[in-house]
Amino acid sequence: MSELTPMLALGELFPRGILPYLLGGLLVGLGAAVIYLATGIIAGASTFLESTLSYISDAPRFNRFKYVQSRDWRLVFTAGIVSGAAVYAVLFQGGIWTTEVQWWRLLGGGFLVGVGTRLGKGCTSGHGVCGVGSLSNTSFVNVATFLAIAIGTAQLVQAAGVAP
Amino acid sequence: MPIIYVGGLIFGFGLAISGMARPEVVLDFLQFEDFGLLFVMGGAAVVTGLTFAVATGYLDRAPLTASEYTRRVKEFDRNVVVGGAIFGVGWGLSGICPGAAYASVGIGNYPILWAVIGMFLGAYVQGYWRTLRSSTTDVTETVSS
Repeated sequence: MSELTPMLALGELFPRGILPYLLGGLLVGLGAAVIYLATGIIAGASTFLESTLSYISDAPRFNRFKYVQSRDWRLVFTAGIVSGAAVYAVLFQGGIWTTEVQWWRLLGGGFLVGVGTRLGKGCTSGHGVCGVGSLSNTSFVNVATFLAIAIGTAQLVQAAGVAP
Repeated sequence: MPIIYVGGLIFGFGLAISGMARPEVVLDFLQFEDFGLLFVMGGAAVVTGLTFAVATGYLDRAPLTASEYTRRVKEFDRNVVVGGAIFGVGWGLSGICPGAAYASVGIGNYPILWAVIGMFLGAYVQGYWRTLRSSTTDVTETVSS
């Protein structure tokens, strides 16, 4: 009983409030928009994986023109993401923050993320932000798929008692 | 290049302020404990959506590269669904996606390097496998023709 009632309250749906999420989302969009307006480049975060692998692997897959041609700016973009988050940490976080999520979840999940984003042509920023912003049907399908499967997976993991 | 760095900076700052750099916050969303993530993805998509619409409709060419403004429309095939599903399992297991993982490094979350290593391994295995597959297809095509 006591578990059901508060679910209806807005505060329970957003225990940390809405503002940091909305502000963060608008900034994420603004970051992509700045790059796009200046250069015409539609920035996604996951192609960085393949384009960076082209520095160290001679497998033809990683050395396709679009990866080799874009690998330098993708490094700069990623360095920007890391330092932007670091600026936040210095200004507002007060020291470093580390996750409690277990290493095998990070490693195994990361591996599947690496396979899945590359096979599926994009990730949460490429499809989720830029693709949806482009009203691309391909991206809508991809986002709907990964959202549904991720929710199912996270619920299963939780039900199995894995925490954190 | 400097403008790409500045864009990345804003992007990463936004990810950090939204909490997406913390896997716990993402997992809370996926477990229906905090729906804030909808505002992150939604807010970001509205900004890019408006930008794309204005640029493709009213602007000429990008000032720095002279490239034409386009939308991000990728071809649909089975891989979009299969890849999305595999990504979904990984995201649900770890609470981490590529951009958020880089931002997580920035907030000092060194355990996240496990996820970064995992992503590179995954991308490598995927790329290597596709290289192998395409070379075997080439062989069969050569034989059959």
